[in-house]
Amino acid sequence: MSGTTGTAAGQEQDEGVKGVRDTGLEAARRRAYLAHAWQTPKGLYGWLVTVDHKLIGRRYIVTAFLFLVLAGLSALAMRFQLATPEAGHIGPDFYNQLFTMHGTTMMFLFAVPVMEAFAIYLVPLMIGTRNVAFPRLNAFSYWVYLSGGLMIWIAFAFDTGADAGWFSYVPLTGPEYGIGKRPDFWAQMVTYTEVSALAVAVEIIATVFKQRAPGMTLDRIPIYVWSILVTAFVILFAMPAVMVSSTMLILDRLVGTKFFDPAAGGDALLWQHLFWFFGHPEVYIIFIPAVGFVSAILPTFVRRPVFGYLGIVLSLIAIGFLSFGLWVHHMFATGLPQLGESFFTASSMMIAIPSGIQIFCWIATIWGGRPIFATPLLFVLGFIFTFVIGGLTGVMVASVPLDLQVHDTYFVVAHFHYVLIGGAVFPLLGAVYYWFPKITGRMLSERLGRWNFWLVFVGFNFTFFPMHILGLQGMPRRVYTYPPASGWGEINLFISISSLVVFIGFALFFLNILLSLRNGRIAGDNPWGASTLEWATTSPPPSYDFSRLPVVAHREPLWAEPDILPVVEGLRVDAREVLGSTVADAVPQLRVPSADNSIWPLLSALAVGGAFLGSIYTPWAVVWGAIPVSIGFICWFWPKGEPEDEE
Amino acid sequence: MARRTGPFIRLRQWRRSSIAPAFARSARTASGNRLPGVLKWAGPASTLVSTPVLTGCSDWQSALHAHGANARAILDLIWSFGAVAAITWLLVMLALTMALFHHRRVRAAPPPLRTDNHQERRFGRAVGSAVASTVLVLAALTITSFFAGKSIASLSGKETLTVRITGHQWWWEIRYPNDDPSRTIVTANEIHLPVGEPVKVELDSTDVIHSFWVPSLAGKRDLIPGRPSELTLVADKPGTYRGQCAEFCGYQHAHMAITVVAESRKAFDAWRSRQDAVAVAPAGDEERRGQQAFLSTGCALCHAVRGTAASGTIGPDLTHLASRRALAADTLAMTPGALAAWIADPQSTKPGAKMPRIDLSADDLNAVATYLGSLE
Repeated sequence: MSGTTGTAAGQEQDEGVKGVRDTGLEAARRRAYLAHAWQTPKGLYGWLVTVDHKLIGRRYIVTAFLFLVLAGLSALAMRFQLATPEAGHIGPDFYNQLFTMHGTTMMFLFAVPVMEAFAIYLVPLMIGTRNVAFPRLNAFSYWVYLSGGLMIWIAFAFDTGADAGWFSYVPLTGPEYGIGKRPDFWAQMVTYTEVSALAVAVEIIATVFKQRAPGMTLDRIPIYVWSILVTAFVILFAMPAVMVSSTMLILDRLVGTKFFDPAAGGDALLWQHLFWFFGHPEVYIIFIPAVGFVSAILPTFVRRPVFGYLGIVLSLIAIGFLSFGLWVHHMFATGLPQLGESFFTASSMMIAIPSGIQIFCWIATIWGGRPIFATPLLFVLGFIFTFVIGGLTGVMVASVPLDLQVHDTYFVVAHFHYVLIGGAVFPLLGAVYYWFPKITGRMLSERLGRWNFWLVFVGFNFTFFPMHILGLQGMPRRVYTYPPASGWGEINLFISISSLVVFIGFALFFLNILLSLRNGRIAGDNPWGASTLEWATTSPPPSYDFSRLPVVAHREPLWAEPDILPVVEGLRVDAREVLGSTVADAVPQLRVPSADNSIWPLLSALAVGGAFLGSIYTPWAVVWGAIPVSIGFICWFWPKGEPEDEE
Repeated sequence: MARRTGPFIRLRQWRRSSIAPAFARSARTASGNRLPGVLKWAGPASTLVSTPVLTGCSDWQSALHAHGANARAILDLIWSFGAVAAITWLLVMLALTMALFHHRRVRAAPPPLRTDNHQERRFGRAVGSAVASTVLVLAALTITSFFAGKSIASLSGKETLTVRITGHQWWWEIRYPNDDPSRTIVTANEIHLPVGEPVKVELDSTDVIHSFWVPSLAGKRDLIPGRPSELTLVADKPGTYRGQCAEFCGYQHAHMAITVVAESRKAFDAWRSRQDAVAVAPAGDEERRGQQAFLSTGCALCHAVRGTAASGTIGPDLTHLASRRALAADTLAMTPGALAAWIADPQSTKPGAKMPRIDLSADDLNAVATYLGSLE
């Protein structure tokens, strides 16, 4: 960071002011103070107690990618079984567990957490603060997420893997038809990950609203941050629906309530409404941050500010709202009144408009810029290529009659993989290439990156495009085998072979990361010549993110005045402190203490996890589990006797 | 139109044939209780699903081969939506390619460009008109979809026949209700209907959710326990049309198929009156022995054969089993080998199926297979 035109908050170092302020402090001493205040202890203990958003974010990212590997391998196993008709490699029992674990893991343990993970890492850096709001909640959310993921995969290892699909429809998962404890593990895993997702959503909203650098008014927030803000709100309103339904399910199974039992006055369809009221926004929880990545990467590589900032931000907000109006399009085959059908057809079609606006704005941005074909840009272009296909088949399935033919067939499998892989994973991989230098201080190999991109891109299209045809030819989803007479054999074999190409592409991705961690070119602060604040600090950033908090006067602060970045003065450096600012105009308001490291988030997460796990076996776990949970939370929040926020 | 002929053996021939029972017998003695490998090979593996062909067309289930008004209306939609989607995609890709390559290549990262208002306005107009055309196209598609839905809905109310389908894990129970309840036809996994007449299909489930889907005739409709629903089917021409459960329903979701046989009104009426009759009495010793074994070993607890003491309602009604084209929800073709193999060990062909393996002596097994094979 260069240049210091001190402005903004509490400039004067009054007599009697508590603590050491950064005003007038020479750089080396300031950094020493900050490093001491924000440090994470060394060793295992430090690893367990840290509340540093970068360490937690990194950990979240790595964990999510490990789950991606598990879910990807289950997909490969399924492709092995489906390569030929009537193959006997995998029986129905195991196959059902495989596709359920694949879907569940991809949605709950990979896609949503990885998007949150990037947000946890990037948001404080992009808005110029030193940590997320509620840092301990952040640590807690990671531990809860990790225990949920471990639990369901350990259960799977013991042949108790969920086996009724990631949607777990009743009555198949109900007390009568659910097999063993499989649905219970599924339901509780959902509860775990939702708790952690909600925690992250709360942090993000508070951080973005209250901790932006002075001057970062609403219309100067980077589009990526806008996207993650909208996502956080969608999480906030969507996740409770699935928590409620998974809890109702476990109550039906454990204590004999009858929410979903038609014979006792319950309703099997209620589950579908509750689940999809969450399940559709879920897709946008994954997709909105991904388009945020695109809007962050694109300007850097076409060397031009994104065209249509306002249009893109409003589109993101519109998608957030509209995502709650389409859940019924997953239920067209259940039979609805025609008026309801027409409403949901229209609303499903409508969401193509804000998506279209963004695509057009990106194309305009490229048109007005000078593209540099680096790997992150390749992934963005691959995204546009595939996502438009997924969006258009989305328009097809929005039509009720059309959906009645393709629903629950491989056509839909193709559609949502185009949306989720093309629409979210491609930008995500681009984001890894883009921010890896910031996170690790080293560049990823461009050469491997190109191989990675082309193999994944070509393999992906060869794998999933033929599935459209299979679906129209009548192949249903979630079948562990199919008869030779069906004539689906050739296409399936082609798909299975293509999936190996995707596998090799991903193997190169991980190889690239492992090699570059050690041997990658040193990145420097801003290797891409990008415009946003995270590139104003060192790579990797210090524990305190910025040695002085920046002040923002422009939407692309590092482009507007490349050599000068105004900064804030007057913050304490001998204790953790961040700057609180107003919601709309980011006028500095308060100096807010930021929580220190603590072991209690971990212990509380263990207590909460234990209670959830126990409740799979006995309802009393909720009662007795409340005791350690309360102890954990009391210790966590034990008052320190220090004043809270100061003007 | 592709015609798929499978190893279908006419029933009259195989009833007297002793090939399959001989297989079962020799295999049985070979390894006591276990289903012998040779029978496995002779049974399921060699006869796994085939679509029997009588007359008319017989496609594998496919939304692209529409043979009914409902499916045809949807196929038109698929083509028109597909065409619009393809053109849109091409236009977007064209715009993207031009945006990427209309300027000279740069090597190193140039300093960021400043935007100028003139260009921004030009882009604004371009994006605006692209969005406007998107809105128009979407509106047109929505209206097209609405009218297709209306034309499909207009089929209902003109039905000449009612079929009641109940989903079970993993087979379809089929009833043709009659005002005289004793004359209600009960069968499984195979629907017959007269060509050209709209048929009302009433759907319900007693266990989990299934979905009734015969793509050549109509879009799918879920069978949700406690929420009966209905669908109208019309078949344009005679033939057999395959369908398959489309909502994941557990272990054997993959083996829950249904056959729709569309035939002339005359052939349909003849079929119905045959189905209306009670089961034929055993004709020979082997059949008699088979019936006895059937009634005494537990088969009858789950299966009904009208005209005998067997009146179980858990499994499919077997009164006219041999008149059907396939076994176990179109998992096996209706051949003597397959029937014997299925009875000997349902779990090896359809793991998880509700039908248990019942210990029958080799002779009893053959007799039961012969008896059931005689129930036309």
